[in-house]
Amino acid sequence: MTEGFHRPQTEMIPNRAAPASSVGIVGWVRTNLLSSWVNVGLTLIGFYLIWLIVPPLLMWAFFDATYIGTDRFACEDRVGACWVFLDQRFAQFLYGFYPSEQTWRVNIALIMLIPALAPLLFDKMPGGKYLRWFSLAYPFIATFLLIGGFGLEEIPTNKFGGFMLNITVGLAGIFLSLPVGILLALGRRSQLPFVRIFCIGFIEVFRGVPLITMMFTAAMLLPLFLPPQMSLDLVVRVIVVVTAFASAYMAEVIRGGLAAIDRGQYEAAQALGLSYWKSMLLIILPQALKYSIPGIVNTFIALFKDTTLVIVIGLFDILNIGRSMVANPDWLGLGIETYAIIALSFFTVCFSISRYSLSLERRLDTSR
Amino acid sequence: MTDTSAMTDTSEADAIIKIRGLNKWFGVLHVLRDIDLSVAPREKIVICGPSGSGKSTLIRCINRLEHHQQGSIVVDGTELSNDLKNIDSVRREVGMVFQSFNLFPHLTVLENCTLAPIWVRKIPKEEAERTAMEYLTKVKIPEQANKYPGQMSGGQQQRVAIARSLCMRPNIMLFDEPTSALDPEMIKEVLDVMVDLAESGMTMLVVTHEMGFAQQVADRVIFMDAGQIVEENTPKEFFENPKSDRTKLFLSQIL
Ligand SMILES: Nc1ncnc2c1ncn2[C@@H]1O[C@H](COP(=O)(O)OP(=O)(O)OP(=O)(O)O)[C@@H](O)[C@H]1O
Ligand SMILES: [Mg+2]
Repeated sequence: MTEGFHRPQTEMIPNRAAPASSVGIVGWVRTNLLSSWVNVGLTLIGFYLIWLIVPPLLMWAFFDATYIGTDRFACEDRVGACWVFLDQRFAQFLYGFYPSEQTWRVNIALIMLIPALAPLLFDKMPGGKYLRWFSLAYPFIATFLLIGGFGLEEIPTNKFGGFMLNITVGLAGIFLSLPVGILLALGRRSQLPFVRIFCIGFIEVFRGVPLITMMFTAAMLLPLFLPPQMSLDLVVRVIVVVTAFASAYMAEVIRGGLAAIDRGQYEAAQALGLSYWKSMLLIILPQALKYSIPGIVNTFIALFKDTTLVIVIGLFDILNIGRSMVANPDWLGLGIETYAIIALSFFTVCFSISRYSLSLERRLDTSR
Repeated sequence: MTDTSAMTDTSEADAIIKIRGLNKWFGVLHVLRDIDLSVAPREKIVICGPSGSGKSTLIRCINRLEHHQQGSIVVDGTELSNDLKNIDSVRREVGMVFQSFNLFPHLTVLENCTLAPIWVRKIPKEEAERTAMEYLTKVKIPEQANKYPGQMSGGQQQRVAIARSLCMRPNIMLFDEPTSALDPEMIKEVLDVMVDLAESGMTMLVVTHEMGFAQQVADRVIFMDAGQIVEENTPKEFFENPKSDRTKLFLSQIL
């Protein structure tokens, strides 16, 4: 045999299984945790930190905690957390001052949100066609349920509060700021100078002013400028301000997505005879929005957390309710527990939005 | 008609594209100069010339992806002007295939082909899908109908792009260097489809440097340089007997 040459392969080599050390749990641990001495060291430090933090946290939050009682004195000799207030104040955290015999309306609105969102979140739904009409009707149904009228007891929005207020303002803001943001982004690129200047002006003004300032303006100043018979509801004013603020950011996020689209896409759409709006709706926006998902979700999450700023105009959202409870002599010293619950509520919602957006990005990736 | 040349030339009367005295500038850059061109129905024209000579700009003026400043372009009896209605009706008659395919990546192959028929021509979905499958069969990829463009080779994508244009049932097809973004082994599969299309009687304007294609298919070859039509001839004469020096130089470089 000639040295330095490989023997030619005359037969097909059959599939062989990969070595056990590179697949399964063993393979994962080896490649991810123990691949080098530095990695082994980091793994050990990691486990030490987990051991340092997690068991005491679990002890405090669950095993040493006090759950039952009527006020903080039930937790006098505690070592762990005091969750007594949850039992006592749960309804207030959720519903604010919404009349307790009417809270079923909030619950129904919340439950109906699931089928209303489903066709927007998932592609193929059994009966998706009819659900889509339901999604369109949902904002009106929810408003009717929450505010009442037409036979239902009317409940003024100043009774709105707790997490329900955050969700109401947040959802309304999210669903209004996306279309408004899209229109602003398109308008910013318009050939018509007036449209373009208006959109740029809107974006720069609302991006350049702190949200708190606008909240104050909406609460105190707006009524002075509007004719007295045109009194806008305070919660509505908050929604308008939050939407304007978020859509300015949204417009810039979407502008980035639009800029990422090749000129050839516009030309192909034009060459096929599609009008401006059809090519936007069918060709350009679906792609631009896909590129913008991370930024859009960022804006949604920021908007949702910013709903806590209603505190500055005296509305009692979940944070304000928690804050005033902590200040109450009956519940003194429960700051950590209260704020932990509030943080957890926001985290749950925001984390869900974030996870959903990741799965959406994967689903919309058509290159694989 | 005031143009006297139109009366002397007998083929002029039934031309499907009539371009007279066309001039176009990009800013101060004069890219098309006094272009006159008539295309008869079913005629195949190959346009070649050095880079930057205005070939793309010329065919993009025909479906108004670019608008001209002087002269007139009449397509199938409709004069191109700022009138949006005219532009729409011309674009419905004229299909275009681009160098970079420009398929819509978020839609499947089938959806790419049915989108314009459904939304522009208002054809029912089932019928549009049937037509689309017919053309996908003609370009020899019916089995890829449910794939996304990103999952296909360049040659396959370009054939889908051709099918997508044909689904609008155009009378005229414009091709802007349809094979120059392709690997050599894919060029032939696209050219084969174009030859089939030519044989079916489509009016075609093709910007290309594939001289084999020109010899096989073209009725006329047009050579452009610096925004002008320098030479215009049958393929045989053009390749064997070029008149201008610029054409000779160009041919010596690419053949
Ligand atoms: N949108 C535009 N703005 C400004 N100048 C342009 C634009 N498009 C083309 N040009 C210029 O116009 C001239 C003609 O361009 P055109 O694309 O028509 O040439 P071409 O013959 O198609 O060249 P190629 O073989 O490189 O495609 C070139 O000088 C080019 O730089
Ligand atoms: Mg070109």
